[in-house]
Order: sequence, then C-alpha cells, then structure tokens
Amino acid sequence: MNKPLRRIAIFCGILILALLIRSNWIQYVKADSLRNDPDNRRVTIARYSTPRGDIIVDGSPITGSKEVKTNGLNDLKYKRVYKDGPMWAPVTGFASQSFGATQLENIDDGILTGNDDRLFFRNTLDMITGKPKQGGNVVTTLNSAAQKAAYNGLKRRGKGAVVALEPSTGKILALASYPSYDPSSFAGNTNDDAKAWNKLQKKNNPDDPMLNRALRETYPPGSTFKVVTAAAALEYGLYTSADQSTDSPLPWIMPGTTTPLRNDGDLPCENASMREALRVSCNTVFGKIGSDLGNEKMLEQAKKFGFTQEHFTPVRANASVFSDDMNKSQTALSSIGQFNTAATPLQMAMVAAAIANDGRLMKPYMVDKLQSPSLDTIEQTQPEELSRPLSSKNAQILQSMMETVVKDGTGKNAQINGVTVGGKTGTAQHGVDNSEKPYAWFISYAKTSDGSSPVAVAVVVEDENANRSDISGGGLAAPIAKDVMEAVINSRK
Amino acid sequence: MSSTTNPSTHHTSTIGAIGAPSRRNTELALLVFAVAIPVFAYANVGLAINNEVPAGLLSYGLGLGLLAGVAHLVVRKFAPYADPLLLPLATLLNGLGLVAIWRLDQSKLLQAIRQAGTAAPRQLMYTALGIALFVGVLLLLKDHRVLQRYTYISMVGALILLLLPLVPGLGQDIYGAKIWISVAGFSIQPGEFAKIVLAVFFAGYLMVKRDALALASRRFMGMYLPRGRDLGPILVVWAISILILVFETDLGTSLLFFGMFVIMLYVATERTSWIVFGLLMSAAGAIGVASFESHIQTRVQAWLDPMREYQLSRQGVKDGIIHSEQAMQALWAFGSGGTLGSGLGQGHSDLIRFAANSDFILATFGEELGLAGIMAILLIYGLIVERGIRTALAARDPFGKLLAVGLSGAFALQVFVVAGGVMGLIPLTGMTMPFMAYGGSSVIANWALIGVLLRISDTARRPAPAPASNPDAEMTQVVRP
Repeated sequence: MNKPLRRIAIFCGILILALLIRSNWIQYVKADSLRNDPDNRRVTIARYSTPRGDIIVDGSPITGSKEVKTNGLNDLKYKRVYKDGPMWAPVTGFASQSFGATQLENIDDGILTGNDDRLFFRNTLDMITGKPKQGGNVVTTLNSAAQKAAYNGLKRRGKGAVVALEPSTGKILALASYPSYDPSSFAGNTNDDAKAWNKLQKKNNPDDPMLNRALRETYPPGSTFKVVTAAAALEYGLYTSADQSTDSPLPWIMPGTTTPLRNDGDLPCENASMREALRVSCNTVFGKIGSDLGNEKMLEQAKKFGFTQEHFTPVRANASVFSDDMNKSQTALSSIGQFNTAATPLQMAMVAAAIANDGRLMKPYMVDKLQSPSLDTIEQTQPEELSRPLSSKNAQILQSMMETVVKDGTGKNAQINGVTVGGKTGTAQHGVDNSEKPYAWFISYAKTSDGSSPVAVAVVVEDENANRSDISGGGLAAPIAKDVMEAVINSRK
Repeated sequence: MSSTTNPSTHHTSTIGAIGAPSRRNTELALLVFAVAIPVFAYANVGLAINNEVPAGLLSYGLGLGLLAGVAHLVVRKFAPYADPLLLPLATLLNGLGLVAIWRLDQSKLLQAIRQAGTAAPRQLMYTALGIALFVGVLLLLKDHRVLQRYTYISMVGALILLLLPLVPGLGQDIYGAKIWISVAGFSIQPGEFAKIVLAVFFAGYLMVKRDALALASRRFMGMYLPRGRDLGPILVVWAISILILVFETDLGTSLLFFGMFVIMLYVATERTSWIVFGLLMSAAGAIGVASFESHIQTRVQAWLDPMREYQLSRQGVKDGIIHSEQAMQALWAFGSGGTLGSGLGQGHSDLIRFAANSDFILATFGEELGLAGIMAILLIYGLIVERGIRTALAARDPFGKLLAVGLSGAFALQVFVVAGGVMGLIPLTGMTMPFMAYGGSSVIANWALIGVLLRISDTARRPAPAPASNPDAEMTQVVRP
C-alpha cells in the first residue's frame, strides 16, 4: 500500500503547489491592477482617509477638504469642497466619495492623496515619526481673472466654452464651459449627493452640464477655420502675400457639382486678396483655395495645427476632425469649417496661439508643477514645442490679416485700446439642412507694444435665445474674447 | 534494535519506527512558538487599530497557552510516540485564526451589519471544546483499530449526518447552500463531522474488500477494469455525492467526500483504473448537475467573471439568483495585500462583509500578511497533510493506513477547495478553512481529526514490545532499567 500512498502524497503536494502559484498570480503579478482598480473601495478609502492636497490657481487653493462624520457604513473621513465650483469644474473635475474622480482630481490623485511613489520616502519618514499622511498640491497655470471673465461672459450668453492660452509656452490661462456644475454638490455619499448627481446626468438634464465643452465637445469651426486654409495657401505657396489678388470667380461653382458656394451676403469677393477675403469672410475664396490645394495638403496643414489627435493637458481633449478621402467640393466645404470639420475650443485656441507665436505651436498644459506636502517641487512642467504649422514669415503675414479683421472687419468688437488684436469670427451652421441655430465662434490673440503675445483665445457660444440673424461670431463671441484678453493683460501689469 | 526484529513491519514501513525517540520535547518547543506567534499578532492588531495593547492579551495568551499545554500533557501521557509536528501546527493555525477573527470583530462595518462583534470569544470557546474532544479521543481511543468494529455503524452515522441539513425545520439555507443545521441557536455543519466518520467507514470497508476489488478484474487497454459487481460501492458513494450536490447544492462537500473515497480506494487496491473512473464520474456528475442547478451555475459564472457578478450585485439586479460581490472583493483583498501585506489590522478585508471571518478568512490574511503570509500559511497546511500521509506510511496495519490517508486526503482537498475558491482558482463553495475560520463545527471536528491522526502515529511509532525474555538470559542481565 505504500506506493499509492507516496503518489497521494505527491498529489496533495501538487494541490498545495497550485494554491501557491495562484497566490503568486493574484498577489504579485496581478497585484497592481487589483490594488488600483477604481471599483476597489480601498482606492476610495485611501483618497478620503486624510485631507486631500489642493489644486492651486494664482497661489491660492480652489479646493479644500471637510471632515465629515463617520460610522460603520461610512468610513470616509473627509470630503472634497470646491470654491467657485461651477467656474473651475472644467479644470478640477470632481472627486466624489460616491462617484469616483475625473480630470485633475483623478490624474493627479496619487499626489493629492499622498500615495504617489515619488512621495514614498517622505511617507516612510512620516510613518516613523508618527505624522499623519498628507497630500501634495497641484499648481495650475490658470489665471483666475481670465477664468472669471470667460465664465461670466458665457453665463451672460448661454451655452458655450472658452479656452485661453499663453502662445509662447502653451500654458492654459482660462478653461471655461457653460452650463457647468458644482462638484461640491455630490462630493459626499449621502442621499442628497446622489440626488444632485442624478439631476446633472444628461438623461435628466438636456443641457448636459457635466460635459466639458472646452475639451470634450467638437463643434464645426465655421469661418474661423479659414485661417488654417490661409496658412495652407501661404505654406504651400499657392499665394505668397496677403495682398495679391486671388484667382476667385464669383459665383464659384464647386468642382464636380452644379452648386455655387454661397457667401453670407453680397460680399466683394471676386478675385479678392486673402486679407480682404478674411476681413469680410468670403466662403468662395477660401473654399476654392482648399479645393485647389486638395484634400491631402489641407489635411496635412490641419494636422500640423493639432487636428486629428487627442491632446493631454494632462486632462484629455478630444481629437478634432478634418476628414481624408474627400472629393474637391467636400474639401472646399471642409476648408471653410463646414462638412465634417469639427474642432474643440482648445484646438481653435491652439490655432490662434500658433499664429501669434510666429508659427510655433506649443503643447497646451494646465499643470505648472506638482508639490509635495512641504511645498517642494516634485515635478515642473517645461514648455514643449508640438510642431511648426507655418514659417515665422508666413505667420506674420497671417497676423497682419487677422489684425485687419479686428481693425475694420467682422471682429471690431474685440478691439482693445492700446493693444494690437488679431482675430477671426465664425458662424457655423449645423443640424440637418442647417435647421439648428448656428454656433458663434471667435478666435483671437492680443499683442502688447513690445511685440510679444500674452494670450490667444477661442470662444464658442451656442445661443438658444438669440435670433438666427443675430448670431455671428463678432456679435456674441468677440466681446467675451475681448474681456478674457483684457483680464490677462491687466493681470500682467 | 533494528526493524528486522519485527517481521510484520520491515516490508511496509520505510522509517525506523522501532526505538524512535518520542520527540515530545520537540513538540513542546514548537508549541511555545505556536502560542507566542499568535500572541504577538494579537498585540500587533490591537496596536494597529486602537493604538494600545489589547486588554484581553493576557487572558487570551493564557487561554491559548493553557489549552495547548493541556493538549501537550495529554499527548505526552497517552500518546508519547505521536507525531510531534501536528499539534503545534494546528495550534498555530487555530491561534492565527483567532487573531483574524478578533481583528474582524473590531471592524465598524461588520459591526454595523451585524456580521461580527463577539465572534472571537466564541471561537475561543469552540477551540476549548475542540481540544476537549481531542483529549477525549486520545483518552478513550487506546488503539485506533478499535474503530474497525464500528465500520457499519459509522456508515449509518455518516449518512444521518449528511442528511440532517435536509430535515425540514432543522436545516438552514445560507446563501443557497444547505449544509447547516440549527440546534438551540447554534449553527452546526454536520458535514465537518461526517468527514471523520465516513473515513472510518471507508477504511473499514475497503480493508475487508480490497483484495476482491483489486484482484478480480480484467485487463483492457493497459488498465484493470473492475468487475461489474465490484463497481457497486463506488457507484453508491458517487450517487450519494450527487445527491448532496443536488439537494444541498454544495459542490465542495460533494467533491470532498467523493475525492476522499477515490483516494482511499486507490490506496487500498493500488489500481490506477479507480482514479480514472473516479475522475470521469466526478466530472460527469458535476457537469450534469451544473446543467440544471442555478445555484451552481451562479458560482461558476462568479468564478469566470467575478467583476460582472460584482456589478450585478451592486446594481441590485433581481433575476431569481443571488448575485454576490464576495468573489471580487476577495480578489481585491488579496491583490491589495501585495507581496508583504498591509500589516495586521490595517487592511479592509471587512469589505467582503458576509462570511468575512469564516469562509473568506484567508482573504484577511492575504491582505494583511501579503503573499509572504499566505505562502507560509499554505505551507503549514501542506505540512499537516504530509505529516498525516507520513503517518499512513508508518502505520503497520492497513486499517490505520487507510484511515490516516483518508483523513489527510480529505483535509488536503478541503484546504484546496476553500483556498482555491477564495483565491478564484476554482468556483467558490461553502466550506471553511480548517482551524482558521470562525465556526464551531469546523474547529471541533478538525481537532478530533488531529486527535485520530496522533493516535495512529503513536501506534505506528511506538517501539514494538520487547521479545519474550529468555529465562537463561535473565540470569546474566543484571542491570535493568
């Protein structure tokens, strides 16, 4: 009987071995993914067991932590509170005991909770000296005056979004979306929090206040896209100056169709120079430029400005769209910001910023640095060049065209005393047969007397209350852009 | 003396059983550690949770030490040649289990949902009862071969124990598995006791029938096929296992009993064909029953995709099936523990909620002691199993061999089924981790199991009685001990 006994001994050994291998699998190989699984409540417990670090704008925190009562079923000690929550929500995102965390609150969660590996040494030291764990801070690039101007401007006008950038670095100065939500309202885990959360969901609220329109919504950019088309014309040598006449018949029948491309009104567009065409916003001129250059070159130019890719600021921004495999007429429509072309407000701000920065597109970012609990810098973001969509000479030609638009064209509402402003309006049609109210766009930059450009801005307004004819980028969006640019310039003085 | 002086053992025993030292002092030294480690762990939990050494430390340490001491003294007196490792290993697991149960008692979450609070003192009481039964086994059972006489009584007893949970008014349905009975406010798992009684029956039965089962067979494709009529017993046991599976809906218990029988049948007959038959029959049975039993289907689904089950449970989906987040919660507990664990008292295994301190106790160790702790615990279980099988190797009588391997094999299967279920290696079943899990039946029955194993190993390692003395030699042997 001993031979089978030995075999049974080996069999039992194999059973134990299988358990040992399994425990190595889940506790070593899979440990990290299980530990950091957002559904694993330990993640939430760690997040709220100590006061969270803060998100900082202009040296003062826009977030805070509040101690709440705990019991057996609610083991979370602190909840997040926000100052001016709705205004800053597109930047901070939210950190809710019941509904997880998004955007900066999620991306830099490790620093804010103090669990980041880079804080390991410090945490170990704290553990030995018996100090409680603390979270670090996230210092943003935002400018509170510009943010306020952007948010209040949108609030007056209705739905929309504003993005302001510092062209020379890519710093995000303002990032506003309206309607917005107060992340404080559902930060806890009571019934009231759940009710507030449900009210904000898209299915219960058609305005979709939790949508970050500045980064996550793409709109047809309309005429503001004409600056991209103008840049392509200059870069590919179709035209070499702002003031030479273009080869633009009027009316212009789109190639392969019998349909003329219409201008918005009776405009002096026949063989107009690009400066003139941009000033009055000729569809025919820029549509034909796009059609002449072709789909490939237009797409190439759009890509250089950052279209067709997601951007991480570090909060993700959706990719803006410029299609490939279009025929000539579709390319013409796309080149005036219609057809499939769609852009996030961030994307259009990047276009304006690249032109203002003499053709160098900087990677947009909103986190200046991460700080340890003792305010040492753990990580400092360095400005980074993303691409060169156009040469500095061509950028300056484009600047002079955009300055004409503001000086005596459709963008007069953005003029600022003593400051050179360049811009472009846009009114984008959308909906089936253009049945819905158009979007009003304005992109612009400001230039101070020393020639440097402190701010580029993109504004989009979806206004349900305005009359159709009233909606034009110059009337609705330009005044908001002006306020934001003024706020940035004043805060630099 | 050499083993050749005892012709009855020299061909069956590979160890020098004769004249072996008793190793009682080794056992005592190991017991000191087995008590000291849980006492330190207990202090550790108290310091981590309440920032102070727990008030009960002294009484708890003394209690465990006293129980271990009594057990040791009884072994020293009544089973002096018993295996020296089994008692300390069981004591260590029991002590660590008590610490984890006390630790979960401190959980505010479990207190709020009334899943724990005063379990540790009860478990200490169960431990005392278990050790009392252990002592009782050693005192009353002078020789394990006595149990042979009760072969068929054991069969009846085991059947009654197995059927008790099905008696209306007595049986309890907890989370779908019907393996409990309720007596005077106490929940009892008769299956835990049936395990031992059934091993006695199988050992007695197979010892008598093994020759018939082994020799009367035909050879077919390199395997010995048993005769049709000899298939009878295995078919009966298989049918009973299937009935358990169907009526008590418990895969673990069913697997345990059938597996134990196949192991013992294989050892008794030395025929590999029985293993093949056993595997085929259990596979057929499990698949057959799972095809219509929704409770078992749910368990399998929870095993294949624990995340989905977690979400269904969270959303409160009501489709006639109880969706449980336990499987996923247990995985998170293990994963969050990582290599070294969060430290005793600093994990969140209470999130498992229901049965956190019984079926899922291993997850608490996984999270708080990490991979290192789990491997140590699994190796301790492995050692108990292998010491049990070593006892079987050393035993000189076939009944003892069969009983020892049956009990050890059942113990191994139980550890595998429970730990494998909790760690997501196999579907979850409603059994408890021997010695560690909260629950009277489990602790008491397993202490009795260790008692029986110690009795067999004492008999096996005891020096054979000296040969009858030669009257002539007597004259010359002056010095006698």
